[in-house]
Amino acid sequence: MSTAIRPAPTGTDAQPPVRSRSRLPRFAPLGLYLAGIVVGAGLSALTSFSVASTVIYGVLLGTLAVYVASRTVEGRRKATDRLVTCLVTTAFGIAMIPLVSLVWTVLDNGLPRFDAQFFTNSMFRVVGEGGGAYHAILGTLIITALATVISVPIGLMTAIYLVEYGSGRLKKAITFFVDVMTGIPSIVAGLFAFALFTLMFGNDVRLGVMGAVALSVLMIPVVVRSCEEVLKLVPNELREASYALGVPKWRTVVKVVLPTAIAGLGTGITLAVARVVGETAPLLVTVGLITGTNLNPFDGRMATLPVFAFYQLTQPGTLTQAFLDRAWTAALVLIILVMALNIVARLISRFFAPSTGR
Amino acid sequence: MTTISAPPAPPRPKRRAGDRVFAGTAKGSGILILIVLAGVATFLISEAVPALTAPAEDIPGGEGLGSYVWPLIVGTLLGAVLALLIATPLAVGIALYITYYAPKRIAAAMGYVIDLLAAIPSVVYGFWGLAVLAPTLVPFHEWAAENLSWIPLFAGPASASGRTMLTVGIVLGIMILPIISAISREVFSQAPALHREAALALGATRWEMIRMAVLPYGKSGVIGGAMLGLGRALGETMAVAIVLSGGAGATLNLIGSSNPSTIASNIALKFPEASGLDVSTLIASGLVLFLITLVVNMLARWVVNRRADFSGAN
Repeated sequence: MSTAIRPAPTGTDAQPPVRSRSRLPRFAPLGLYLAGIVVGAGLSALTSFSVASTVIYGVLLGTLAVYVASRTVEGRRKATDRLVTCLVTTAFGIAMIPLVSLVWTVLDNGLPRFDAQFFTNSMFRVVGEGGGAYHAILGTLIITALATVISVPIGLMTAIYLVEYGSGRLKKAITFFVDVMTGIPSIVAGLFAFALFTLMFGNDVRLGVMGAVALSVLMIPVVVRSCEEVLKLVPNELREASYALGVPKWRTVVKVVLPTAIAGLGTGITLAVARVVGETAPLLVTVGLITGTNLNPFDGRMATLPVFAFYQLTQPGTLTQAFLDRAWTAALVLIILVMALNIVARLISRFFAPSTGR
Repeated sequence: MTTISAPPAPPRPKRRAGDRVFAGTAKGSGILILIVLAGVATFLISEAVPALTAPAEDIPGGEGLGSYVWPLIVGTLLGAVLALLIATPLAVGIALYITYYAPKRIAAAMGYVIDLLAAIPSVVYGFWGLAVLAPTLVPFHEWAAENLSWIPLFAGPASASGRTMLTVGIVLGIMILPIISAISREVFSQAPALHREAALALGATRWEMIRMAVLPYGKSGVIGGAMLGLGRALGETMAVAIVLSGGAGATLNLIGSSNPSTIASNIALKFPEASGLDVSTLIASGLVLFLITLVVNMLARWVVNRRADFSGAN
């Protein structure tokens, strides 16, 4: 373990004015960590060998070894620095564990039913194996599209107000409450839509559009914030050049500001859609679930993918495994949907970026 | 936007109809948002009124609204605070790693990978927590019940399924990790370069530079980010509803098999089958959750915005 370390300096006869300190060789930390892993494997094998305990022991021992070695060779300050480097890197590593584990679990459990039947069949009159999420996928797309149609005009116009027109207390109030609205729990948004439609249409009403309203409450603040950030980036020179040519303000916004910012706006809106497409709780209390296909959001319950996945998992029928398989595949489709939207957002920002004219 | 202060009064600009309509629409959208927020509070209160005025024995549980909601509040706060304690140190570490330690070329990609954690739907976290994390943590539960039972939090007896408040706290911690680390990353990267370079020039090591120039500057940002994460954890629904085996009274025992449920997950689980006064009771509990998150978020925004006023970054 200590082969990589040079002996500590014997004397303090450092030559002024620059004190040359002895340092650990570049490969020392890596070597110490490898040694730690090897010893960790040994310790782990003493009880019952497992990769997890090997890594835990290894990281602990490696960190300790680096600290001790650095402390003896380089002194206290350097050693603290190295210790923090180890800790910070470990923190990043720890965060990777759930991500990798989650993606792997969903892929592993979701792929068995990731077939054509899943995308073409509904759950109508299916009590055991077979069936699919055709109705739920379409329901999710319809409700999300409806929520987007509601949220984007309101969110975009508010962002335009905040950047181009707003001043004084109203602007401050809107900015502050948009921030507060970002933190509304999704279930509360669902309850709001439920309460609103109950007051309008009486008890026990369940409609697709209720879900869209609930999602809009969650989506509008995200749209406002991202659009506001993007509109702020449009250089003032462009606006002033437009005004100088006698163009009215509203045409300046529509013809100059928005086209300049179109890439950022598209990215922000796509990310906002990605944020709400996986929401379950508000749809659970407003839209409910049915087994058949209902594509009319203004008429009764609809199926949506997250709610479908939730009920397949928590209320399996007699053939439990078939229900669990469908639940995991629905989760997989959901993740793919969200990731696809994220990738689309990146592509938009790459390909629609304004030409800078240089 | 930038008006030039011209001493002679400039000619009044002509107000065009298009301008007025457009400005009006924009302003109207902004006001609509305020109305929606007020509407959320109003409609929730109006639907909760039956539960607020009903005699105590009609409320589910038969002992009044207060004793119905109290265990749920305890559960909500317990899970969220646990998540915060787990996530904050990790998130600060990750933010420091990405801003000051990782190789510059891959730092952006690493930030994107952490942001992916935020993109995963909460129902999927619930699936993962139930299928992977809960069984994995069962040995730890048993160990804690055996060795740490003198701490009230680990009083035991250990749950055999692992579907406990401890597991929920960890899942919630993972879910709020990207929120806290994103905001921390932002404030850390805004720490004035002159301060950082001055510290390094005086011979500080990288950690000393961070401790002296970056952390004091980013402190309130981290606190604000943590409170935003807390707000998110308080309102998180599906992951808790799937993982936690709840429904018991208020207890601080993290590892037992009977846990207090949380407000949000209780609504999600009971609402689809509820009717009449049960609905009002659930909406009343939702109102409580709304108020708690509102206070936490307003405090968080206040802390974050206060930093913006002081910073020289803008």
